[in-house]
Amino acid sequence: MSKKTPSKFWSIGEPMVWLSSAALSITLLCAVVLLIVIITNGLGVFWPSQLELVELKDGQRLYGQLIQTETNHHETGLRRQYKIANRDLYGLDFRWIEESQISSVSYPDEIISLERQEYGDFYGTIQSIDKVEGKSFATDLDGLNRALEIVSHELDGLSELDDKLKDLAYEMEQLRLKDLKYAYKGLSESDSRRAEILQERSAMQQEFSELLVVQSSRTQKIREAKVLFADANGKQKDIVLADIVQAYAPNQMSRGEKLFFYGHKIVELVSGQPRESNTEGGLFPAIFGTVMLIFVMSIFSFPLGVIAAIYLREYAKDGPLVRIVRIAVNNLAGIPSIVYGIFGLGFFVYGIGHAIDTLFFPERLPTPTFGTGGLLWASLTLALLTVPVVIVSTEEALGAIPREMREGSYALGATKFQTLVKILLPMASPGILTGLILAMARAAGEVAPLMITGVVKLAPALPIDGNFPFFHLDRKFMHLGFHIYDIGFQSPNVEAAKPMVFVTTFLLVLIVLIMSSVAIRLRNKMKKRYTFGTF
Amino acid sequence: MTDVNIENPIIKVNDLRFFYPGDARAIHGVDIAFPEKQVTALIGPSGCGKSTLLRCFNRMNDLIDGSRVEGEVLLDGQNIYERNTDIIELRRRVGMVFQKSNPFPKSIYENVIYGLRIAGEKDKKLLDERVETSLKGAALWDEVKDRLHQSALGLSGGQMQRLCIARAIAVNPRVILMDEPCSALDPKSTARVEELIGELRDEFTIIIVTHNMQQAARVSDYTAFLFEGNLIEYGQTNELFVKPKNKQTEDYITGRFG
Repeated sequence: MSKKTPSKFWSIGEPMVWLSSAALSITLLCAVVLLIVIITNGLGVFWPSQLELVELKDGQRLYGQLIQTETNHHETGLRRQYKIANRDLYGLDFRWIEESQISSVSYPDEIISLERQEYGDFYGTIQSIDKVEGKSFATDLDGLNRALEIVSHELDGLSELDDKLKDLAYEMEQLRLKDLKYAYKGLSESDSRRAEILQERSAMQQEFSELLVVQSSRTQKIREAKVLFADANGKQKDIVLADIVQAYAPNQMSRGEKLFFYGHKIVELVSGQPRESNTEGGLFPAIFGTVMLIFVMSIFSFPLGVIAAIYLREYAKDGPLVRIVRIAVNNLAGIPSIVYGIFGLGFFVYGIGHAIDTLFFPERLPTPTFGTGGLLWASLTLALLTVPVVIVSTEEALGAIPREMREGSYALGATKFQTLVKILLPMASPGILTGLILAMARAAGEVAPLMITGVVKLAPALPIDGNFPFFHLDRKFMHLGFHIYDIGFQSPNVEAAKPMVFVTTFLLVLIVLIMSSVAIRLRNKMKKRYTFGTF
Repeated sequence: MTDVNIENPIIKVNDLRFFYPGDARAIHGVDIAFPEKQVTALIGPSGCGKSTLLRCFNRMNDLIDGSRVEGEVLLDGQNIYERNTDIIELRRRVGMVFQKSNPFPKSIYENVIYGLRIAGEKDKKLLDERVETSLKGAALWDEVKDRLHQSALGLSGGQMQRLCIARAIAVNPRVILMDEPCSALDPKSTARVEELIGELRDEFTIIIVTHNMQQAARVSDYTAFLFEGNLIEYGQTNELFVKPKNKQTEDYITGRFG
């Protein structure tokens, strides 16, 4: 009996069960750890932590936010990393301090943290505030905030002016292109149409330069108002009020106020424009670009893949050729994405894009219109990359439909096409949608092919705006994946950009999650309808 | 072989031979005629070609790539294997019920009118009417009349099979082919379907393939016994079952082989 036990143990397959569960656990663990790292690092970024006043034994003082504590190189004690901000004063935002050097740490209420347009944050105390429009302010946070309110009102007016300038520039550019077209057609400068344009343009130019003068004088006036700050050692620094994005005193804030502040920052993140070479501010253009890219990609890849799969499965006669095509399609899914990128650059951008330019916009050459990277070409490249996924899953879905369904339909006098449209496609729809989900997830994560087909670090305008024809698929765009690479590895101040890398990663994962859960819900609805029969 | 004289047959088969891909012959020259508005049963052991023969009558075998048919099948005197045959039209005249019930993943209503819909029928009143008559004809109306617009996949196995029959009769065929329609049903559902076949006889010609000899005896007027692709014996059911003329037939129906 005892001899039999091990053989039974093996025949039941217990070790195999353990092995497979272990494999699953390891996979899950990796995914969960990855998510936890991203989430903890990403979500903590905007929490207004306490600011410390650190006094060192050599008499130095500094304001800073504790980032981490670790054992030092010689393992003789601990050392702490502080974010000391004030890049314009110290040159560095971060500093390591040996714990043994610290004589005392306190949390004075009056330390104020400033978020600035340039040079990152500033930690310090208010010394004096200039008069703004004849009003004077108390030298505390409330006073500063009131002054900032007036300044931001002024800035709003200025940004309206800015929009006007942008629109003018756009219109002037359109006129210039129109003029180029006439010139290309061989009209002389004295032609009435060209003369009209010229006149219009010079009128605009006049208006533009007038507005520019107004803008610079107003800017100068606004920038005159300054606030005097001092750092922990009493070193004084003038800061232009217009440069301050936000001022707050974290040590005075209650938990509720901090939560409110946090929410405000999140809203700014998803709706705001990036600042300081993308390491601060919002991510809206990148989010918009990513979502737009995935949508345009789906519009191309989904119908193409489904139709190709239908032909392959339903119409093509099974033979060596079809088998070769099938193998080729499966292999396409395994080609490195950078290869697709290079193909996209060569075929779409230089090939088709250039052809479009020579056909439709010859007057603008050598300045390319479509013959340069853009949203359209990047989407097409990604569509090529994801089309095998759609083909394979559609084919599988069609193949999984029982033969009786087709026969039942044919037996009632349906043609092949009617059977396809009325029976097969609805029944295959859950499988087809699964393919689309996979394709979307894959496209969202690609960066390499985008880098050479149209992604940029900072796009001047969104692919959709109020100017005719509203969709500008030829424009370059921003992308969360590229953003991660750019600020994480190309930024001059990597330490300061690190939080943003995590936040961006978190957002990208979130977008993929949202998009696929919508598609999964849709798929489950279809599945219910066509397999379990609930309407 | 044929011991009965069928006058005015609705389907007449002349020297029909069928080849599966690779020239594997499944039917070796069958001659048979089917009487109108009668039930004819095709019996025989597995692999004898009775389903293949049945599928020749609505050209369902066309779906098999590489298969080949020789000989002729006359429906109302017209050879359905002629080049200019409209297969769509043919399948409307020769309906089929399959071994495994195969309702479409649509509502009961949509299932019944599927044949009409694809033929382009849009008259709502006519469709409603046809759903009712077809479901009544298939003895299903009372069970489903309150849930016509619910999914057909929620029906029981027997109900599904009767729905498939309703679907077949909704297009008003002349002939209904049944390929072992009860083999997946429980005895009670089988009894209902058999009863239904008896009722349908008044309006349609039915050709039924069955494994179950009692069933053939119960429901059919004529019976054909096939063996290895040949028609061995064909006659009125009560005669064939009571005193078969052929030794093979006798062995099969008495259960000595098959």
